[in-house]
Amino acid sequence: MNSAVSLQKVSRHFGMVKAMDEVDLEIVPGEFFAMLGPSGSGKTTCLRLIAGFEQPTSGHIEIFGETAEGVPPYRRNVNTVFQDYALFPHLNVLDNVAFSLMLKKVPRVIRRKKAEEALDMVRLGGYGNRKPGQLSGGQRQRVALARAIVNQPKVLLLDEPLGALDLKLRESMQDELKALQKALGITFVFVTHDQGEALSMADRVAVFSDGKVQQIGTPEDIYKRPQSRFVADFVGSSNVLSPEFVYSIVGERRWASLRPEAIHVMASGNNVSRMTGTIISRSYLGPTIRLLIDLNGTQLHASVPSTEIMPGEGQKVTLGFAKDAIHLMEPA
Amino acid sequence: MRSEAGNGASWPLKLAAGAGIAFLLLPLLLIFVYAFTTEEKSFQWPPPGLTLKWFAVAWGRVDIWQALTLSVQVASISTLFALILGTLCAAAVSRSKFFGREVISLLVILPIALPGIITGIALRSAFNLFEIPPSFWTIVLGHATFCIVVVYNNAVARFRRTSGSLVEASMDLGADGFQTFRHVILPNIGTALLAGGMLAFALSFDEVIVTTFTAGQQQTLPLWMLEELIRPRQRPVTNVVAMFVVLVTFLPILAAYYLTRDGDTVSGMGK
Amino acid sequence: MSSEAAVLPGRGGIFGGLSDLFWRQPKLFVFLLLTPAALWLGIVYLGSLFTLLLQSFFHIDDFSGLVVREFTLATYAELFKPQNLDVIVRTVVMSALVTLGSIVVAFPIAYYAARYAKGRWKAVFYLAVMLPLWSSYLVKVYAWKLILAKEGIVGWVFEQLHITPALDAILAIPVIGGNSLSFSFIGTFLVFLYIWLPYMILPIQAAVERVPVNLIDAAADLGAPPVTIFRHVIFPLALPGIVAGSIFTFSLTLGDYIIPQIVGNGRLFIGQVVYTQQGTAGNIPLAAAFTVVPVVIMGLYLWGARKAGAFDAL
Repeated sequence: MNSAVSLQKVSRHFGMVKAMDEVDLEIVPGEFFAMLGPSGSGKTTCLRLIAGFEQPTSGHIEIFGETAEGVPPYRRNVNTVFQDYALFPHLNVLDNVAFSLMLKKVPRVIRRKKAEEALDMVRLGGYGNRKPGQLSGGQRQRVALARAIVNQPKVLLLDEPLGALDLKLRESMQDELKALQKALGITFVFVTHDQGEALSMADRVAVFSDGKVQQIGTPEDIYKRPQSRFVADFVGSSNVLSPEFVYSIVGERRWASLRPEAIHVMASGNNVSRMTGTIISRSYLGPTIRLLIDLNGTQLHASVPSTEIMPGEGQKVTLGFAKDAIHLMEPA
Repeated sequence: MRSEAGNGASWPLKLAAGAGIAFLLLPLLLIFVYAFTTEEKSFQWPPPGLTLKWFAVAWGRVDIWQALTLSVQVASISTLFALILGTLCAAAVSRSKFFGREVISLLVILPIALPGIITGIALRSAFNLFEIPPSFWTIVLGHATFCIVVVYNNAVARFRRTSGSLVEASMDLGADGFQTFRHVILPNIGTALLAGGMLAFALSFDEVIVTTFTAGQQQTLPLWMLEELIRPRQRPVTNVVAMFVVLVTFLPILAAYYLTRDGDTVSGMGK
Repeated sequence: MSSEAAVLPGRGGIFGGLSDLFWRQPKLFVFLLLTPAALWLGIVYLGSLFTLLLQSFFHIDDFSGLVVREFTLATYAELFKPQNLDVIVRTVVMSALVTLGSIVVAFPIAYYAARYAKGRWKAVFYLAVMLPLWSSYLVKVYAWKLILAKEGIVGWVFEQLHITPALDAILAIPVIGGNSLSFSFIGTFLVFLYIWLPYMILPIQAAVERVPVNLIDAAADLGAPPVTIFRHVIFPLALPGIVAGSIFTFSLTLGDYIIPQIVGNGRLFIGQVVYTQQGTAGNIPLAAAFTVVPVVIMGLYLWGARKAGAFDAL
């Protein structure tokens, strides 16, 4: 079966700057795919290449098996939800959504109906007569979404879709987007710098850094088994353990990642072992308590449920963790 | 003490401002009055009597109609040229970075920034060089040259306010370049173009200096008026025409004001 | 899921093909956008400006009356002849006076409009400035010919107030006086002032509008009296507007040839000399040399203003 999107050794250079450097990527049809990374990592460039707003400097792009480089965006059956929504200010909501149908000369009655169906899907039914200027940010985003799905594109691209929304709205939109994707069955590809978002929504995640893909995998893969220090650091807050420390625990000189919630913390009392450390700082975060512990010169973050009783700052604690909680990465 | 900032202007300031406004408007109002005077040979004040007969006389004067028609034709075509060229330039300058971008902005403003007599002489010598005799088209070319900047300024200001991603969104949804222009770009810059076009029309309608150099035997309305100023025939008729001109140029200004009131810089400064 | 292909064919035909071409070659597209205007302005207009400049380095042969195309500075030397120098000095002095006068008259209007006019009054001020600005230049000159005529409204006002001797005394002043107001330099000055006034008002208004209100409040808070606030806060920040306006008034007066002809005492200004020289006299080199004078003066003015820091607040 064809990949929905296939990037083969795709590079995009701007003069000396390598926005994308020999990226290989395969996106499975029907999946919710996330491209995650800090700003400047190349993820947005990648999205724009798929959409057709940029051309690769070298490499090959295929969409459902057909060559895409050299094809203008208006000939690709791919639609985008823009970060600033890009709604046409001179058209009302219904005409915005029906825009692509209007271009295809779909008869008026039919395109109105389809547009209204799309608006219903994003729970904005009945808003057709308003103008974009009269809507809130969240509503505008839904219109942008409706406008992009009314066409039933092969691939739907979303550029930092939830960035401008407040926390509560963001969380509810995450659920809605997932449900929408499942209902439509369209391949969704979205770009974000928020690793929590990527982990919660995506079927698979590609982590970008400096124009290269660091790792592709399911959220669990990325989180529990990061393959590089960058991924370990960027996805969730992890303890990145130095090779010397790792050597003292497992006998190998390699960098390793240890998730804070994998560390078991107990008050020491008077027992002292080589796993005894001192609490440097303690933060109550609601569901969890976050501790910064000094263990023989190495600082570790631990995250414990707040239902447990934890000693205060300056107290001695004993740490424990399962052997396989330490995920080994690159050698020293 | 915050007397000035908080509550309102001091009365000397108010007086000076009010006097200034009166100074600006009174001369124009006087013209209106003089259009009704019965006195034909001088500018006597106060007018000895009031009459409407000069309107009828002006209506009957063939030379006035000819001049008026020519002015309207010239202004219309010059505005058309200015609209096309000005919009093209504005689109190029605001959408892409290219070598010499600032130069274009300077070049476009030059015909209006330099004294009219220089532009006039320059164009006349250019026409002489190419052995083009003065005609309707030389007048139009001259007017179009300095009208471009008025449209250009308005268009550039509006392009700047239009989000760049609109064009991408349009293309993403299936519109090629021309469809994007027709369905997305044009509706968004339409009112700016209209305002620029109207101002260009008013500018061309009123222009006298460059026209003196680029016209042959023809007379536009300003040229007619200049002739009347130097060698007056029937003064009140001139007043009637003057009053008419003030009214006609006022309307596009008013309209342009309402069209661009929401934030654009008013292109009046481009004159 | 859509059953269409992932890559669709284009619209076809001329528009489709051109669209694809321009998308692939954006530089070509920009080039085409600019070419007509660039050709006309860059080549024809700039070219003829340059030719004009070139002409100023030629001279006219006294015997044949023809232009001799050899490089010479003789024509520029002619500028220093007493009658020509006279013209230049007269024009520059008038320009300076008009500039100063318009600053004095424009400032209260612009200041009030920028800081105190609200709502409906703002529209009134705007239209009150725009209407004269865009009204026909000739109509405005004509209006002043009416006003300044011996039998016109100014004379009538002086008569009603029984101070006609004052008017006669003013007209008797040498150099600037004359037979009647419309045949004197005072008249010329007034007309210039009126016509360019909107060009001074608008930039000052824009500059004052840009002064943050809290600056003035802060100064008042610190105990500064209104005069000091004006001198040290408002005026310096309004200065770029004043300078911008003065550029207009100065350069427009330097080049004008119609107003001195209609309202004046017959003495020539630069614009008039240029007009006659290039026309009936056929002395294009001298006309060209004269046109260079305002350009050079404006160049010096701009340079001086920049040095004096007038553009710093921009």
